Amino acid sequence: MGKKDKTGTDIAAGNGLLDRRTLLKNGLRFGVIAVPAVAAAADRTREKFDPARPPWMLTPGAGFTPYGSPSPFENDVVRFPAPNRVMRNSGVSFTPLHLMEGTITPNGLHYERHHNGVPQIVPEEHRLLVHGLVKKPLFFTVDDLLRYPLRSRQCFIECSGNSATGWNRIPSRFPAGYVHGLVSNTEWTGIPLAVLLDEAGVDKKAAWVVAEGADAFALDVSIPLEKAMDDAVLALYQNGERLRPENGYPLRLVLPGWEGVTNVKWLRRLELREGPIMSRDETARYTDLLPSGKARQFSFIMEAKSLITSPSTGMVLKSGPGLYQITGLAWSGRGRIREVQVTTDGGKSWAAAALQEPVLSKALTRFRIPWRWNGSPALLQSRAVDETGYVQPSRSELIAKRGRNGFYHYNAVVTWKVDSDGTVSHVYENRNEPSGDHVDIDTGWD
Amino acid sequence: MNRPAITSILILAGTSVPGLCHAGAADIPAGPGLGRPATPAEISRWDREVAPDGTGLPAGEGTAREGEGVYVKQCLSCHGKDGLGDSGDQLAGAHMGLTSDYPEKTIGNFWPYATTLFDFIRRSMPMTAPQSLSDDEVYAVTAYLLYLNGIIGRDDKLNAKTLPRIKMPNRNGFINVYKKEKGGDGAR
Repeated sequence: MGKKDKTGTDIAAGNGLLDRRTLLKNGLRFGVIAVPAVAAAADRTREKFDPARPPWMLTPGAGFTPYGSPSPFENDVVRFPAPNRVMRNSGVSFTPLHLMEGTITPNGLHYERHHNGVPQIVPEEHRLLVHGLVKKPLFFTVDDLLRYPLRSRQCFIECSGNSATGWNRIPSRFPAGYVHGLVSNTEWTGIPLAVLLDEAGVDKKAAWVVAEGADAFALDVSIPLEKAMDDAVLALYQNGERLRPENGYPLRLVLPGWEGVTNVKWLRRLELREGPIMSRDETARYTDLLPSGKARQFSFIMEAKSLITSPSTGMVLKSGPGLYQITGLAWSGRGRIREVQVTTDGGKSWAAAALQEPVLSKALTRFRIPWRWNGSPALLQSRAVDETGYVQPSRSELIAKRGRNGFYHYNAVVTWKVDSDGTVSHVYENRNEPSGDHVDIDTGWD
Repeated sequence: MNRPAITSILILAGTSVPGLCHAGAADIPAGPGLGRPATPAEISRWDREVAPDGTGLPAGEGTAREGEGVYVKQCLSCHGKDGLGDSGDQLAGAHMGLTSDYPEKTIGNFWPYATTLFDFIRRSMPMTAPQSLSDDEVYAVTAYLLYLNGIIGRDDKLNAKTLPRIKMPNRNGFINVYKKEKGGDGAR
């Protein structure tokens, strides 16, 4: 520290990265970062009004709405579905992270992963069965569960297939959220799973819990009892309202920091067992093939990751050279984010970004740092460090460790290139990648 | 979480608090004990899970010869001829092995347990009408897929006794990374 630029601002790293404390100064004026034009936005009819006497001040406004919706002028801020080409109810939809700020994901924008559609469950006819290696197998109705002591906590849920096109030899040209948006952050309210397991009386021999959903896939996965007794939640509420159908209404298992598939939606059955059940979605899928031909299994924990959401690919630094705000998200399945480092010179020099408080364990953390762009091409990256000291790997480090065919658990540093005309695009830090692609945006989601 | 406060809330709400016995961690609050006992008959209707040792496999049987018809009618439109894949997963006929640059994962070269195949087909397939196949049909189409992968013969009978005995080629192809990190049995 101590170096200042010609305006007297503290320089934090090369190529114009300014000290994060600059954000606390008065009168900062950031340049305009234009987001990708989409059809919906282009269709807006922009009449010219006199802002001093706009028509909405001259006639009474609309009445009350039982359930509010976003402004029609924000109708391009929507999820991006990538369904199977035949079974259109199977696949994923991405959270538009590049069009959002803060850390909480509104319920209508939470990412989706459905294996065979969203069931319309009648809550009165839904039951949770707890059985297997327990003293008393028990049924619970949803009304029963609503009478238990509830707890709330914020955490992210991330599909382990998030960012999977990162394994490709050619960088994806989709907007950031439509590649990395299989992660969302929610305040979940529910019952600590340990309370119900305690009521059923866990047998000493039990070491795993099989969780099963009530959808048309009857998706089932095995979870170590240790996690079930630690911080697992039977969620009934999502950001203050009952769960959305696409997020497990009326009951979802939430395992903070663990891959999305283990956060079983529409939860109907928990079976305590000595060993895992070896279901299809913990053997044939959700296992990570290594170059050796062996596959990583039960790779539950989502390791630390970060992403610059603005500026990001497809955007334009419209104001030309000058001061811009770099912002993004960081998270770790092992706990709190300790630091997010940002570079604008492709990794030659790094500076610590400001972390938006509160920094919560296993939750999305917003970071921001000011940058004075000099108008030359620049390479922007962010790198997360979590409280265990784990450092988010570069793409080359990740590929050296895991190969290219793991499909799941891609958490490498992402590089955005700013060209001298202000356009931002996705590049890889290693330009000597062999050509030819394997992972398509829609494979792996059947 | 403050247990006395919760207890008093429950009492105010007129809810009884049954025996506060806890096997688990000390900070687990007492629930109101609203679970209704489930009978073995009820559990058997709810639990259709098949374990690697064959627990949960129903009566019935089938062969690949019988299963081909089931496959053509129920599976082919998504999984392609001979399980070569289409809009649905490739199930058989991998040309590229697991260590190639472009590996093809199939039942024969990747799935570690044959029981998983029965369990998955019975619970999730076909996607247009899950749980619509009879147990005999599930045995038969499981046999057909194992036959396509060169694991059993066309007339080998698959049932609750024979299915768990099948040793899949990639049975030892997985690394339990959770166990590796945690030590012990990786579960508690």
